[in-house]
Amino acid sequence: MNDFKYIRSENLGESIDVLYKENRSKLIAGGTNLMDLMKYRVENPEQIIDITRLSLHDIYRRDDGGLRLGALATNADTAYNSEVEQQYPILAKAILSGASAQLRNAATNGGNLMQRTRCYYFYDTATPCNKREPGSGCSALKGFNRIHAILGTSEHCIATHPSDMCVALSALDATVNVQGTDGERTIPILDFHRLPGDTPEMDTNLKSDEIITSIDLPEKGFHTNYAYVKVRDRPSYAFALVSVAAALDLNGDTINDVRVALGGVAHKPWRKPESEESFKGKPATEENFGKLADHILEGATGFGTNDFKIKLARKTIVRALREAKEL
Amino acid sequence: MSALNENELVLKINGENKTLNAASSTSLLDALREILHLTGTKKGCDHGQCGACTVLVDGKAINSCLALAKMQEDKEITTIEGISDSDQLSDVQQAFVNHDAFQCGYCTSGQICSMTGMLNMKKGNSPEEIRDLMSGNLCRCGAYANIFKVAKELIENRKAI
Amino acid sequence: METEMDTVYIGKPVNRVDGIKKVTGAATYSGEFKPEGLVHGYVVSSSIANGKITAIDTSKAKNLKGVLEVFTHENLPEALKSNVDYSDPLAPPGKPFRPLYNDTILYNGQPIALVVAESFEIARHASDLVEVTYQVDECSTDIKKNKAKATRDNVEAPPDDRGDAEKAYKSADFKLDVEYSQPRHFHNPMEPHVSIAIWDKDEEAFTIYDKVQGVNSSQTYICGIFSLEKEKVRILSPFVGGGFGSGLRPQYQLFLAALAAKSLNRPVKVALTRRQMFSFGHRPACFQQMKLGANKNGKLASIQHTAFGETSKFEYYNEDVVNWSGLMYHCENVKLDYQLIPVNMHTPLDMRAPGGTTGMFALECGMDELAIEADIDPLEFRLINYADKDQNEDKPFSSKELKKCYQKAAESFGWDKRNSKPRSQKKGNTLIGYGMATGCWEAFQQKSAAKAVLTDDGFLTVSSSTADIGTGTYTVMTQIAATTMGISMHQVSFELGDTSMPEAPMEGGSWTVSSVGSAVKVVCIQLQEQLFDLAKKVHPEIFKNLAHKDVTFNDGKISNKSGESVSFSEVLKEAKKEKLETENTLEPEEEQEKHSCYTHSCVMVEVHVDEDLGMITVPRVTSAIAGGKIINPKTAENQILGAIAWGIGMALEEEGMIDDHNGRIMNANLAEYHMAVHADVQNLEVFFVEEHDDIVNPLGAKGLGEIGMVGVASAISNAVYNATGVRVRDLPITLDKVLTY
Ligand SMILES: Cc1cc2nc3c(=O)[nH]c(=O)nc-3n(C[C@H](O)[C@H](O)[C@H](O)COP(=O)(O)OP(=O)(O)OC[C@H]3O[C@@H](n4cnc5c(N)ncnc54)[C@H](O)[C@@H]3O)c2cc1C
Ligand code: SF4
Ligand code: FES
Ligand code: FES
Repeated sequence: MNDFKYIRSENLGESIDVLYKENRSKLIAGGTNLMDLMKYRVENPEQIIDITRLSLHDIYRRDDGGLRLGALATNADTAYNSEVEQQYPILAKAILSGASAQLRNAATNGGNLMQRTRCYYFYDTATPCNKREPGSGCSALKGFNRIHAILGTSEHCIATHPSDMCVALSALDATVNVQGTDGERTIPILDFHRLPGDTPEMDTNLKSDEIITSIDLPEKGFHTNYAYVKVRDRPSYAFALVSVAAALDLNGDTINDVRVALGGVAHKPWRKPESEESFKGKPATEENFGKLADHILEGATGFGTNDFKIKLARKTIVRALREAKEL
Repeated sequence: MSALNENELVLKINGENKTLNAASSTSLLDALREILHLTGTKKGCDHGQCGACTVLVDGKAINSCLALAKMQEDKEITTIEGISDSDQLSDVQQAFVNHDAFQCGYCTSGQICSMTGMLNMKKGNSPEEIRDLMSGNLCRCGAYANIFKVAKELIENRKAI
Repeated sequence: METEMDTVYIGKPVNRVDGIKKVTGAATYSGEFKPEGLVHGYVVSSSIANGKITAIDTSKAKNLKGVLEVFTHENLPEALKSNVDYSDPLAPPGKPFRPLYNDTILYNGQPIALVVAESFEIARHASDLVEVTYQVDECSTDIKKNKAKATRDNVEAPPDDRGDAEKAYKSADFKLDVEYSQPRHFHNPMEPHVSIAIWDKDEEAFTIYDKVQGVNSSQTYICGIFSLEKEKVRILSPFVGGGFGSGLRPQYQLFLAALAAKSLNRPVKVALTRRQMFSFGHRPACFQQMKLGANKNGKLASIQHTAFGETSKFEYYNEDVVNWSGLMYHCENVKLDYQLIPVNMHTPLDMRAPGGTTGMFALECGMDELAIEADIDPLEFRLINYADKDQNEDKPFSSKELKKCYQKAAESFGWDKRNSKPRSQKKGNTLIGYGMATGCWEAFQQKSAAKAVLTDDGFLTVSSSTADIGTGTYTVMTQIAATTMGISMHQVSFELGDTSMPEAPMEGGSWTVSSVGSAVKVVCIQLQEQLFDLAKKVHPEIFKNLAHKDVTFNDGKISNKSGESVSFSEVLKEAKKEKLETENTLEPEEEQEKHSCYTHSCVMVEVHVDEDLGMITVPRVTSAIAGGKIINPKTAENQILGAIAWGIGMALEEEGMIDDHNGRIMNANLAEYHMAVHADVQNLEVFFVEEHDDIVNPLGAKGLGEIGMVGVASAISNAVYNATGVRVRDLPITLDKVLTY
């Protein structure tokens, strides 16, 4: 771990200011991802800004019926929040399927959005990795890629975003509120994370002087027909190989609205609203679930040890939709 | 004297304020073990992957290896050395002894802190939930079955009250 | 609760004597001592697997304030380079690895420098400032790719062929010819390896706290390297945070801590990181060819088992993988072969049930496959082929209650409810399968010494240099000593983990209870005799004309048949002796040599497989063990429970992923190297069947550290087949391997 200066920030403006001025600064919230990466020398900030004293911890209902999740609210406090439990159980379930109880007690919502990939090579400074060291090459392409992407990859990077929470947020059409030197803006969750393209070093569209202040959930929570299915190599405390957040709004057996978001398959939570759109008004049958899955997974490609994910993802989507329907 | 950025900090550990100097990069775990010599909290991985370093901060279990010491000021930190509020073993500790819920003992402090945290939060209401919430604490000796018995017994007793 | 008079503890489920220390954080492990002036070492590891260090620049690191020294091959003291012995008692044939010895890189992750600094943080930071350039040579770590290089050199030959296995195979009615394989497994005790070395300049002597499974081997190692007499090297290891074999050989942090402590004349602590815990010793990767034949009556006609194990390029690590196939079942035609494939990795190291768990995985899956082929129930098939003697050695067993294990396990598990047809049991999306396997492990006894001291307050202290790696040594030895001596456990203290104590073997191979326990029993009997001699002198009126066998030792008293007694303490006080002290070294008896001594088990499991998603869980495991006399059912059961968790991990999760391009372990951490967690372990059931054995050792106890693991992975694999109809012969059985679409 490198040496760094510690700054405790007492107000948002000041934090943004420091971020803006010192480009080798990093924010720290729960620390569960940043500390981990710093100990492996993947991240080497010269200065870290402790934002945990900022008042961004609250979870509260907004006038439009939605819910606002403070960026500094912990993953545990979010998942166990009674409004989240009742209105957005898909989010609670996704969060609780991730990491461990201890980690969720420390991890924050902002940090969860910003957590970096778990690609083995990204984590090991002894190996080439375009995300860590642009231009050095991607070791995962010909190496171990069991936990890697099958959708939206590029020749430069095939990493996945490891978050469970973000998969549910994507299904819910959440928005991310951020603030920077240029003021506030709101980013739809689907535009928050990026595909690797030829800049795999950039995970998100957050600007370097911006801070996430909160996440907004729209009123519609799909609490009657939802599922979060996480497929992994160990029944707890393991990242997803494939995860699916599925939500249905049914009119009898007819699909009014359907949402399917996938984790573990791409550089960002994967959703294809246009595919969903084409199934509105259709019957909620096993067959249609399969067709929808095929739509969503169109163009999926494996890289060797992750080939199995393509069919697995299809099965997982169908399973999640069935569970959501039968809930 | 140090070559590294250092800070003075005050940590409230097991009800006592402790003043110390530590590098910015010092984790709560290293502050406990190396500076304050409270070695009951263990280091198993230093990366949030094993739970051996679990302590309670404001009553909630966290991994002290991923927490910067400096960030824990003004918080109530409870380690295994202070988990019992009397000279007797806490219920969790006593049940660990009775059920032989450990072998080498290296993961034990973390298991006890996690379980205490789970009970504090009134969680663990089904066998599946207990196992899931305790899964952040690896036990290579594999004392899981006995640790589970402890949790189950304490939760049943809690329900009985 | 024990009554006052009752000092028989053997066979009782007493709580651990070190339990309170462990639940309060008061147990002090090797890295937790704080000698005055302690400084910290941080190891720098190589990032290539084969080649040479062409330059190593330590100047930046050394310039950092607080850094005391950076040790590399360039500044290794001459004395350590010339003609020294780096071997240890368990070193396999070959040349032991010598840390910092020269510029040669033998494996990825090899220690190449040690930074020593005033604080852990400075050492850690400085370690990143060491700049290394390499000449990179090609490397290869995949054993299958290197099959052509397999060798029988320096391999301990398996038992001789018997009969004509190939001929018998050809004419057999049912045949199986398949290959099983398994990846590298890493021990990963929860406590990473650590040593604190203290050098006494005046005395020219070391005191070292070391995380190890036997202090004497560290002592031999350090004495050899630093050319010191044994009296000058004291190794201590009072608590060990798990071993599983990883502490059977002294590891490089010990050498580095000693080197730095002596050079700097400061106490030095060197702790390995978790990633570095993947840089020495592991269960070797292995693939095995299993060729079995059976006749219509279900009798095995032929067994041919060939295993290819991994070793390094500098040592020939051996384990008994194939021997089990000649031992477990009655068969007249057997051919066993074991070969090694050297690759660019560090040398493998014994890991829980070494060899056995590997060989038995193949054999017990093979037996299942053949039983199915022959359409015989797998349990029935094993009974048909039951071995009443050891055909490898042509010896009778000292005891073998395996049939009782089969019966007990089958009854409790409900084996009769198994449907032999795959995919026949289903609930929703869940396929349910049953599987079973036999387990077996050696019941060793090793030469061991113990000392007993009785003081005039009636307190007994027994000591031996053995270890407690979680196995319960402190407790079990206290039970044996208290029971033998007839004294309350509260009046007994057992001490271990110190080379100044009488020498015990390494704690491994499940032999501690049988070896050290027997020595403790015998030394306590010796102490009784001395005490009795004394008692006769001070109380002739009570013990006149009586021999040792005529009196009883109970509740801290010696009593004659009519109930007249004197307490131990009175005897000593009246004889004006502050203490009685005796020591004993015990070796296995000849009778044992004439027998084969093994522990046996039967394990049955239920698995659930998600038909669509492939995820496998193990809701139920029953293990019935024949392990001789059980000293403490509580700690014994715990050993088996833990071993089952290991079996689950081995079957479904554990796999060291070594990238063949660079020989690097890509999952050298506990997030991606999956071992069993709480959620993997559900309903486990353990039985110890009654087994009487007067031959195996004076205690009749066989040791339980490994047996619980052997067979579990096979039983799971067999159950997965029963559930899914998919036979996975390549461990671990990850979900992708069972998906049939
Ligand atoms: C062993 C292990 C297992 C895990 N398993 C899972 C899992 O199964 N599923 C899962 O989803 N996650 C998992 N995680 C990841 C965990 O969820 C994240 O580490 C956590 O959510 C990060 O939150 P944090 O507050 O600790 O972030 P920090 O570590 O504090 O920060 C992470 C990043 O976010 C930035 N950041 C933090 N807050 C803000 C903000 N408000 N605005 C802008 N930037 C910000 C920081 O600068 C930093 O770059 C696991 C982690 C570990 C260590
Ligand atoms: S997949 Fe991405 S993160 Fe992984 S090695 Fe390739 S470039 Fe790096
Ligand atoms: S030491 Fe903190 S989780 Fe392992
Ligand atoms: S008791 Fe040894 S790791 Fe849990």
